Amino acid sequence: MAGLEVQIGDLKLKNPVTTASGTFGYGTEYKDFIDLGSLGAIFVKGTTLEPRQGNDYPRMAETPSGMLNSVGLQNKGVDYFVNHLYPVIKEYDTNIIVNVSGSTIEDYVATAEKLADLDKMPAIELNISCPNVKEGGMSFGVSCESAAKVTRAVREAFPKTLIVKLSPNVTSISEIAKAVEGAGADSVSLVNTFLGMAIDIESKKPKLSTTTGGLSGPCIKPIAVRMVWEVYNAVKVPIIGMGGISSWQDAIEFILAGSTAIQVGTYNFIDPAISVKIVKGIEKYLDRHNIASVKDLVGQMCK
Amino acid sequence: MKVLDFIVRSNESLNDKNNLIKVAPANGEPLPEMSPGQFVQILVNNSPDVFLRRPVSINNTDLVGNELWMLVKRVGEGTEKICNLGTGDTMNIIFPLGNSFSIPEKESNTLLIGGGVGTAPLLFLGKKLSEKGYKPDFLLGGRTESDILQLSDFRQYGDVYCTTEDGSFGEKGFVTGHSVLQKNKYDFIYTCGPKPMMVAVAKYASSNEIDCEASLENLMACGFGACLCCIEKTVRGNVCTCTEGPVFNIKELTWLD
Repeated sequence: MAGLEVQIGDLKLKNPVTTASGTFGYGTEYKDFIDLGSLGAIFVKGTTLEPRQGNDYPRMAETPSGMLNSVGLQNKGVDYFVNHLYPVIKEYDTNIIVNVSGSTIEDYVATAEKLADLDKMPAIELNISCPNVKEGGMSFGVSCESAAKVTRAVREAFPKTLIVKLSPNVTSISEIAKAVEGAGADSVSLVNTFLGMAIDIESKKPKLSTTTGGLSGPCIKPIAVRMVWEVYNAVKVPIIGMGGISSWQDAIEFILAGSTAIQVGTYNFIDPAISVKIVKGIEKYLDRHNIASVKDLVGQMCK
Repeated sequence: MKVLDFIVRSNESLNDKNNLIKVAPANGEPLPEMSPGQFVQILVNNSPDVFLRRPVSINNTDLVGNELWMLVKRVGEGTEKICNLGTGDTMNIIFPLGNSFSIPEKESNTLLIGGGVGTAPLLFLGKKLSEKGYKPDFLLGGRTESDILQLSDFRQYGDVYCTTEDGSFGEKGFVTGHSVLQKNKYDFIYTCGPKPMMVAVAKYASSNEIDCEASLENLMACGFGACLCCIEKTVRGNVCTCTEGPVFNIKELTWLD
């Protein structure tokens, strides 16, 4: 049996399969479908310092092989998470990682500080790439300077594993990756959604209340694989790859491109048990190829 | 909630747009007890442009025959593909999802108002009310006679009143203009159908101080509370239609503001 364990910073994952923030709720939504303990980690819904109601309906539009969303970080705030959600989900036999979002550097730092105190919270994922909130989020992730600045500030406040989630809506994602690595990130996760839009041709109105939204699903996969490969060639920190993964074959492709771990996102909506199927598929692939550990496959695309 | 493959036992075209599809678990496992108002998410195969599952209300369950009934309206490529399935074909379904209509503790005068394919969950609700020994009234609306679906099924459970916009069947006009609303006094109204109809029903119920529940059909991705796409604005803030609904008491909604 091949070894599936991987390491991201100080964080040990029992396997490289995790679930992407915003597609997996707090894990509890999926407990009827899978054993949550069989996942490497669960990245829970984007959490902000204050509660947020999110954007108006409609927030979703189906597109060929994917979907647009403009949820806008609806969540009950970090205090609610700490007091009401964490006590339930800390019992899962997996790593719980909170995706931290904010509008100002102070917000990010204050939220990270509150999470740093939790025993069973081994890491956070800093979301500097949400395309659906006007006042912040993605704006931090589109310049090297602001990405480094927010990463450095949170690095000082949060002693555990710090993962920074990158936006693909940039000219050079590897430059941003280098900037956050230089500012102390232990890992980068990529990609968040691509900014997109869709129009109802009968009403001539945008399909989303916010006009634009984030595109996800299998349609973005080839671009995401390319970006992972570019970042793999630019930084030393481990990469958590994502973008349209809907099968174990897709997961292997992301690992070959340079991902140490992967996140399954939008496809959880279609097949709520897909993440566990991907764990099994990776294991069989490694055995079939006589690869002792999944670590030996990372970035091993042949040229 | 679970994910299961179902076999199509029959697929009957009720008019040019709507099909009644009866399915049973492919592995023969017995269906669980389900409640009226709940829905399922159907996976559409072999259609690259259809990425998401399609939510469809439960029209009826036959626990003896181990069958689930669904009314599906052809509105786009996804529902078209579902309606084109034949006997013996399989479909993958997540079920049962969502909350359900509340059943009164004591017999009360209930009216179930549906429009078009929105009548689907009201048949199942009528059956459950009837099983409790209650006798609900039904008020079904459509544009024309062929839009009134499953009339003989509804008649098993109570008196049925109809309106059509062109006057081809029942009274001419909209459901909220039907004379039965003047004639009878109701304690509870349940409604499902196009949003303008449900808003009109909610306004009628509210101004006549009648308790009222509506079943919503907001666009959704997952169907089980993970994506936060199908939200409805309520007095408690934005909530997921798929988990906190699809059935809401109209007092929780902001339609009347």
